[in-house]
Amino acid sequence: MGGYLLVTIQVDMHDRLALTLQDDLTSQIVSHRARGVLIDISALEMVDSFIGRMLASIASMSRLLDAETVVVGMQPSVAITLVELGLPMKGIRTALDVEKGIQALKEAVDGTG
Amino acid sequence: MKVVDSQVLEIRASEDIVAVRQAVRKKAVSMGFGLVDQTKIVTASSELARNALDYAGGGVLNLEHIENEMRTGLKLVFEDQGPGIANIDLAMTDGYSTGAGLGLGLGGAKRLSNEFEIHSKPGEGTRISVVRWR
Repeated sequence: MGGYLLVTIQVDMHDRLALTLQDDLTSQIVSHRARGVLIDISALEMVDSFIGRMLASIASMSRLLDAETVVVGMQPSVAITLVELGLPMKGIRTALDVEKGIQALKEAVDGTG
Repeated sequence: MKVVDSQVLEIRASEDIVAVRQAVRKKAVSMGFGLVDQTKIVTASSELARNALDYAGGGVLNLEHIENEMRTGLKLVFEDQGPGIANIDLAMTDGYSTGAGLGLGLGGAKRLSNEFEIHSKPGEGTRISVVRWR
């Protein structure tokens, strides 16, 4: 209890599936009393405004449930495209990989590193 | 302008947006686009396919490999028979949306493309055409 949830997105999600993930994840945060959520998007070849908004929503919802969210593994081509798309990924903490993401969660949750 | 080949995709459900992304990716890869350009045109296609579904109840994508004397490109033409757009300038403005979205679809798709054209009239549907040159 009080641990971290690791979510690895491995498929090109259609919109309803993305919303299901959002719902499931918030339930899991509560049932596991998780303090942190790590979302690995390294397999995603594209993040459009819908998926970007879902990631931002998960971060906001988690925060309300006393958990921090870190998105890890964004591909460089996805980052370039998101900026041009104009997506404000404000409030989303990111890290290069899972290891750095866990480090970021530790710092955010426990104030340690 | 010559159309080398083309394919038509129907957009009727949220799964079809995924099918559009995959078809555009496959075509862009086969045409030799670099990874960043592939990602840009795929992302633009996803935004426009979702717009067609959310605002017009669906539509059709014509995916064309085009070329002229100078270069080769990927052209996406989205057509729907939806309610049309009353104020195109306003619809193109980032952050403006009549739906539940972020209002980034049209402006974002334009920024991710080299050419962008939109024709729409209330009651007559919408036709959006984007080109990414290789």
